[in-house]
Amino acid sequence: MNVKLRVWRQRNAQEQGKLVDYAINDVSPNMSFLEMIDVLNESLVAKGEAPIAFDHDCREGICGMCSMYINGRAHGPQKLSTTCQLYMRNFSDGETITIEPFRAKGFPVLRDLVVDRSAFDRIIAAGGFISASTGQAQDANAIPIAKAQADMAMDAAACIGCGACVAACKNASAMLFVSAKVSHLALLPQGDPERKRRALAMVAQMDAEGFGSCTNTYACEAECPKGISVANIARLNREYLNAAIASEEMPK
Amino acid sequence: MSLDAKIPGGQLADKWTTYKNNVKLVNPSNKRKLEIIVVGTGLAGASAAATLGELGYKVKVFCFQDSPRRAHSIAAQGGINAAKNYKNDGDSVYRLFYDTIKGGDFRAREANVHRLAEVSVNIIDQCVAQGVPFAREYGGLLDNRSFGGAQVSRTFYARGQTGQQLLIGAYQALERQVGLGNVQQFSRHEMLDIVNIDGKARGIIARDLVTGKLERHFGHAVLLCTGGYGNVFYLSTNAMGSNVTAAWKAYKRGAYFGNPCYTQIHPTCIPVSGDYQSKLTLMSESLRNDGRVWVPKSKEDAQAIREGRKKPTDIAEEDRDYYLERKYPSYGNLAPRDISSRAAKEACDDGRGVGESGLAVYLDFADAIKRLGKHVIEERYGNLFEMYAHITAEDPYTVPMRIYPAVHYTMGGLWVDYDLMTTVPGLYALGEANFSDHGANRLGASALMQGLADGYFVIPYTIGAYLSGEIFTKAIPTDHPAFEEAEKHVQDTLNTLLSIQGNKSVDQYHKELGKIMWDYCGMARTAEGLLKARDMVRKLRAEFWQNVRVTGKADELNQDLEKAMRVADFLELGELMIVDAYERNESCGGHFRVEYQEEGEAKRNDDQYAYVAAWEFRGIDNDPVMHKEELKYETVKLATRSYK
Ligand SMILES: Cc1cc2nc3c(=O)[nH]c(=O)nc-3n(C[C@H](O)[C@H](O)[C@H](O)COP(=O)(O)OP(=O)(O)OC[C@H]3O[C@@H](n4cnc5c(N)ncnc54)[C@H](O)[C@@H]3O)c2cc1C
Ligand code: SF4
Ligand code: FES
Repeated sequence: MNVKLRVWRQRNAQEQGKLVDYAINDVSPNMSFLEMIDVLNESLVAKGEAPIAFDHDCREGICGMCSMYINGRAHGPQKLSTTCQLYMRNFSDGETITIEPFRAKGFPVLRDLVVDRSAFDRIIAAGGFISASTGQAQDANAIPIAKAQADMAMDAAACIGCGACVAACKNASAMLFVSAKVSHLALLPQGDPERKRRALAMVAQMDAEGFGSCTNTYACEAECPKGISVANIARLNREYLNAAIASEEMPK
Repeated sequence: MSLDAKIPGGQLADKWTTYKNNVKLVNPSNKRKLEIIVVGTGLAGASAAATLGELGYKVKVFCFQDSPRRAHSIAAQGGINAAKNYKNDGDSVYRLFYDTIKGGDFRAREANVHRLAEVSVNIIDQCVAQGVPFAREYGGLLDNRSFGGAQVSRTFYARGQTGQQLLIGAYQALERQVGLGNVQQFSRHEMLDIVNIDGKARGIIARDLVTGKLERHFGHAVLLCTGGYGNVFYLSTNAMGSNVTAAWKAYKRGAYFGNPCYTQIHPTCIPVSGDYQSKLTLMSESLRNDGRVWVPKSKEDAQAIREGRKKPTDIAEEDRDYYLERKYPSYGNLAPRDISSRAAKEACDDGRGVGESGLAVYLDFADAIKRLGKHVIEERYGNLFEMYAHITAEDPYTVPMRIYPAVHYTMGGLWVDYDLMTTVPGLYALGEANFSDHGANRLGASALMQGLADGYFVIPYTIGAYLSGEIFTKAIPTDHPAFEEAEKHVQDTLNTLLSIQGNKSVDQYHKELGKIMWDYCGMARTAEGLLKARDMVRKLRAEFWQNVRVTGKADELNQDLEKAMRVADFLELGELMIVDAYERNESCGGHFRVEYQEEGEAKRNDDQYAYVAAWEFRGIDNDPVMHKEELKYETVKLATRSYK
């Protein structure tokens, strides 16, 4: 099959970017989307032009590095899939495909399709952990956890930190990402002692990074490659409210 | 220099305890003055950096991805071993130790492996305390499964995402230390050289991958936790960025490289589909618990399938060769990885392979679905089946999966002593980057264990032995001539690569190298082939430095240049792997030399080859020099590995 591409090209964070057209022929439907870009890049290198910069690493849908905004959708048209798990058989012969970076104030563009998502690390550093230094643990079976509860924690922990939720949201809100972490840890007894501090600190950092607020459009859930549920956002709101009340009651 | 592994004395089971009781400690106020560089944020690096930060050292941590959480450990699916014996099925520290030694075909160091088995239990405790959501039973206690042919159930898992969950646990512990100011994080940074001063490792040169700027960083000690080098084969189950650069620079600065030829080829991967293919996807080994591996008995049937004239379901039961069950009746489809992989290659070499290319065998679930029902199979492997369908557009519930072996893991790596120190004082290697615990073949679910053992429970003790002697060493300013020399060396290499402006892309060279390695230094190796391959790699390397085309500039985000730097190192490593494979005149584990076999099985030579080959760099145009660490088995009796 043959496809036409319109790709966002931008040299660096300072310069302006623009969409550039490319044509690519003899694409196999069994190629992955990123392999199609590889082939295009090889042809650009052959012409001495700069290949398109894009983030990717595992190409198995788990590292969360790939991050393209394809035809107006984070990670492209296929549900529950990352960009690297997208195959050309999902597109039709002759189609024009527009590829842009994930766009959000919290994710500045570094080059072409590469954006800076280090804000997510800082949100985790603010409180997305359980303080259990190495060596402090008791026997792993000392606290039984109901299977259903552990499974729910695992559902939330499946987040790959890709940022598609932010890119999909018209407010560029990071609520789905933050709520997945707060839920994962709040659902486990080990996470209980710090739950209030954690919710407050992570939300404060999220705001400081310039992510927008949540107006319940649920675009995040629709585009999340790992099916993280918006029920987590409701849980985060409860956690946050409880924590805020408690912190007001706490002696200052 | 003679190799001293510094194995503590005493009985095997007491060595680690005795060591811990006697190792020198560093007092808290001195820890604050000591700086440690950790390169890599996979299970080994993240756990080490977090723990050393907790202890009070000043830590800098580096990774080339945009976040530490994306290190390739994230992709591990199956699980992590630990000798908890929660199932009461007879497991013990000794058994885990013994299985690992035997699985490694008696080419690993006893004392290290025993320590690994000992601390395995602490790892699980630590992970649960951090909130790693391991699978649980209805009673709320942890679930286990058997994995990779083990006869006990000692594998802990978190759905099909064990590596992800373990890494996120370590990453969160690391970020906590970053938040507390104990660890400084450098993401999108690639280490491009080691700086040695007066014979000790004292820092690194790193390139900021966004600005392209070279940076100098001092450390009283440097830890390389930079993963495996399977990508020397171009196609592998590793992530696209996985590379040997850090370990290779260390080798060129005096660290010996141990057993470079020991490569693990995993039997159950999705076969190659075209020459645009960029990586191979692993299908978890757990599938072999229920799937049956077969090819047609006759070449004619196989050909008919390849040409699309027949479907697998057209082949009658009596015309199928369930070759693993036939050859290894007691282990059947669960035979170890090296053996299963070789058997698949033999079937395909015999002209009985399937798929368009003939380089695939079937993994068939029809019997299991009949026996257990589709819902059970779906519950067990649903996500894997989905992934397979996604990639191949075939439904494994009705059509048998096609699988073929692929490069997966490298047992070889930087040689380290019991302290995990390389032959350069102050330079350590942890995780897949070192050679230590898996001998000639790694068992399933034991790499995650090793990475976390090294980082959480070994290095925090063993580094004290060295750093206690460094408390009077002041931080060395980075305008020291050694830093200057190293930075200039890196800058020159970058400039040279950009100035060649030849006709072939970096990927073309990488693909060609991969093909040579796969054909001659892959699943079956011969002396003749290896000699030829060495020559081919040398020629290819010479051509690369004449004719590669790298676009862009050095002072910008330039992925083409990043790749070129990595491939340049692979082109050198490939030759060392070939030399090592040539020198090892025996077959053991993942290293199969066609000349050394008995009735089709690998034939070890314990009298002459029960050693670790540790290679010393002597300049790229000179032959490397081999140093031997004899493996002394004090507890285990060497036996022929039989899975028949
Ligand atoms: C698909 C797959 C499935 C697997 N499944 C299992 C399993 O079920 N059980 C099991 O036990 N094992 C499994 N393994 C093996 C296991 O995952 C790895 O061996 C292990 O995770 C390696 O961890 P590591 O910390 O040593 O390195 P990695 O996780 O590979 O981390 C390497 C780190 O080094 C950094 N780095 C590398 N070079 C540089 C440089 N020059 N400068 C700066 N940073 C650098 C990277 O950024 C990264 O942070 C699997 C492997 C694969 C590929
Ligand atoms: S919640 Fe979903 S979309 Fe958002 S970062 Fe996590 S995996 Fe990506
Ligand atoms: S490249 Fe890792 S999730 Fe896509």
